[in-house]
Amino acid sequence: MNLTLRVWRQAGPTAPGRFETYEANGVSEDSSFLEMLDGVNEGLIAEGHEPIEFMHDCREGICGTCGMMINGQAHGPQALTTACQLHMRTFSDGDEIVVEPWRAAGFPIVKDLVVDRAAFDRIVESGGYVSVETGSAPDANAIPIEKDAADLAMDAAACIGCGACVAACPNGAAQLFTSAKLMHLNSLPQGQPERFGRTVAMVEVMEEHFGSCTNYGECEAACPKGISIDFIATMNRDYRKALVRNRRSA
Amino acid sequence: MTVLDAKIPDGPIETKWDDHRFAMKLVSPANKRKFSVIVVGTGLAGASAAAAMGELGYKVKAFTFHDSARRAHSIAAQGGINAAKNYHGDGDSIYRLFYDTVKGGDFRSREANVYRLAQVSNNIIDQCVAQGVPFAREYGGLLDNRSFGGAQVSRTFYARGQTGQQLLLGAYQALSAQVKKGSVELHTKTEMLDVVVVDGRAVGIVTRNLHTGEIRSHAADAVVLATGGYSNVFYLSTNAMACNTTAVWRAHRKGAMFANPSFTQIHPTAIPTSDEFQSKLTLMSESLRNDGRIWVPKDLDEKRAAADIPEEDRDYFLERRYPAFGNLAPRDISSRAAKERVDAGYGVGPMKNGVYLDFSEAIGRLGRDVIAEKYGNLFDMYERITGENPYDVPMRIYPAPHYTMGGLWVDYELQTTIPGLFAIGEANFSDHGANRLGASALMQGLADGYFVLPATIGNYLAPMLGKPKVDTSAPEFAEAERAVNEQNDRFLRTNGTKSVDHYHRELGRIVWDYCGMERTREGLEKALSEIPALRAEFEANVRVPGSADTLNSSLEKAGRVADFFELAELMCRDALVREESCGGHFRAEYQTEDGEALRNDADFAHVTAWQWTGDSANPAEHREPLVYDNVELATRSYK
Repeated sequence: MNLTLRVWRQAGPTAPGRFETYEANGVSEDSSFLEMLDGVNEGLIAEGHEPIEFMHDCREGICGTCGMMINGQAHGPQALTTACQLHMRTFSDGDEIVVEPWRAAGFPIVKDLVVDRAAFDRIVESGGYVSVETGSAPDANAIPIEKDAADLAMDAAACIGCGACVAACPNGAAQLFTSAKLMHLNSLPQGQPERFGRTVAMVEVMEEHFGSCTNYGECEAACPKGISIDFIATMNRDYRKALVRNRRSA
Repeated sequence: MTVLDAKIPDGPIETKWDDHRFAMKLVSPANKRKFSVIVVGTGLAGASAAAAMGELGYKVKAFTFHDSARRAHSIAAQGGINAAKNYHGDGDSIYRLFYDTVKGGDFRSREANVYRLAQVSNNIIDQCVAQGVPFAREYGGLLDNRSFGGAQVSRTFYARGQTGQQLLLGAYQALSAQVKKGSVELHTKTEMLDVVVVDGRAVGIVTRNLHTGEIRSHAADAVVLATGGYSNVFYLSTNAMACNTTAVWRAHRKGAMFANPSFTQIHPTAIPTSDEFQSKLTLMSESLRNDGRIWVPKDLDEKRAAADIPEEDRDYFLERRYPAFGNLAPRDISSRAAKERVDAGYGVGPMKNGVYLDFSEAIGRLGRDVIAEKYGNLFDMYERITGENPYDVPMRIYPAPHYTMGGLWVDYELQTTIPGLFAIGEANFSDHGANRLGASALMQGLADGYFVLPATIGNYLAPMLGKPKVDTSAPEFAEAERAVNEQNDRFLRTNGTKSVDHYHRELGRIVWDYCGMERTREGLEKALSEIPALRAEFEANVRVPGSADTLNSSLEKAGRVADFFELAELMCRDALVREESCGGHFRAEYQTEDGEALRNDADFAHVTAWQWTGDSANPAEHREPLVYDNVELATRSYK
């Protein structure tokens, strides 16, 4: 199939950006979206131009590196699918496709379609873990965990940290990402001792870097891993509880 | 030829590790902060090592070329992690896990290392559960297990089809806690381009910031490489796009010996290639072989759809050839069996380049819901890639380069032949012999990172207390920076006509054809003449656009592919001198009458370790004899 691409090009963080138009011809419908971009880049290099820089690595939808707005949608039109797993059979011959980087103040542009998502790491560093030093753990079967709780923790832990939720949100908010990590740890017995401190710390760091949640729900629709927006409600409830607890103990 | 000393402790195998931990010198808690350690790579091995050493009090500097420590390719491991817990009372034990791993590795691994691995496997599960890794559980709330290739017990712990992801997130979170505490300084988007050696000791590294292009030196008391494997030498592999050999190769060029480079693993269950534009191969977890049955049609001219082919016209070739293990035969054996059928013309799919992995019998027996719960995400991934629904039609699979057992030679303390330079995880060679069993890579990465290296590194550092330290003003750092800059300038100046990817693809084709699943003297010699010729063309004619002072993915790849060229040559040379078949190394000249690998213990029960001499055509060969005091050398049989 033959396609026309309009791609955001930007030489550096402070350089002005612009859309460039490229033709992608003879694209196989079995190739992935990123393989299609590889082909365009081969052509650009052959003509002596710099290729389009984009984020990618595992190309199997698990590392969370890839991400771009495809026709205005985070990771493109297919639900529950990262850009690297989006295949060209989703498109039709003659389509025009607009490709842009994640759009969010919390993710500054580095070059072309590459953004800086370091703010996600700052959120995790503020409390997204169980403090257990290596070697001090009891036997793994010492604490039975209800299967439903383990499954819920796994549902939340499936987040790949790609940033589609932030990119899709009109406010550039990171509530879905933050609540997924909180839900993972806070729904397990191991996570209970630090539950409320963790919640406050992560929410506060999140608010330093990202916008506010006003319940658009775009995040859940864009998430390639189907993370539930219900986790945000649980996070908000825990945050309120934590404030009350802190007031009591003050 | 030097005989290498692996420093294996004396005494019975059961107590070697305990005895050695007592014998090693310690760095006291108050003195640990006086030592700095560089860890390159933040996959399972690197992140866990950096976290554990940070907790102990060392000053750790961790480096990753990803934008976050959570992205390393460990994350893509689907199936699980082995441990000798024997939670199911099915006869497992530390000794059995040790035995299975030595046998699975076709008797080419080091007994003492493997026994230690089996011992600490149980600590890993405890540690990960305490961190909140959401392993699968039974209704009673206890941990669930499944079985993997090469084992007759259920010892594999798993988190749906995302075990690697969950273990890596556990290690990443432990690392993040140390970053917050200030014990670990994390450098993201920073690629190591050289190891700096002063007076024979590793004292630091030179890096390039991939966003800004800045070249910088970092000094430390010890350097740990946790930079993974080199399957991308084949171009098409299950590895992530950025996986490369640069860190270990440049350490090799500085004096670290490279062991068994030809021991590469071809995984039996990846999705077959669909067209020439393909950029990578996607794995379907080996765990699928618990419930899927592998077959091809019996008739060469079979035209019917899979579902219309009756039982009597199907060849379940693994069950036929290996009745005891059936579809769970080890990876090397299963891969070769699939290749044999496809080469004989029985392949399925539009390009006749795959075999069926069929779940219809399991869906009938267990119901669609049970299969969906076990493998749902893998089925979904398969459908996204191929456009076919595996609940209705069998998957098509074919072997793909996946893991490399070879790597930097390390002794029992995981130290390379450069004092102060350590290698952990897939980057070293020690535990898997000539073939790795499923669910053992995650185990080894975390064993090295959480439990082994943090203990052994003290033995190197303790005698250095109070001695003068080398800093980045040493001339060796400036020289390494100069060499890195010069190489980048050379790539940018060449201004040829073909892209880096073009040469990588061509190199991969040679390595796959002649040093892939089946090797011959004739083919390897051909590869050894073709690789240097292609490399010369690459150096003269590659085109790398852009500049060095910005994000430039072509420039990054150029350096990596240059290293793959030299490694590919060493792989072929290693495969050539190993005149036997063992595990993933199958030399067509050495096979039994029914096509099984023919090992030669009299002449080849050793590790081959190669030393860089400055000329890629003439590396120096060294050997470490492998002594089996506990496991009897026997022909592997899975029949």
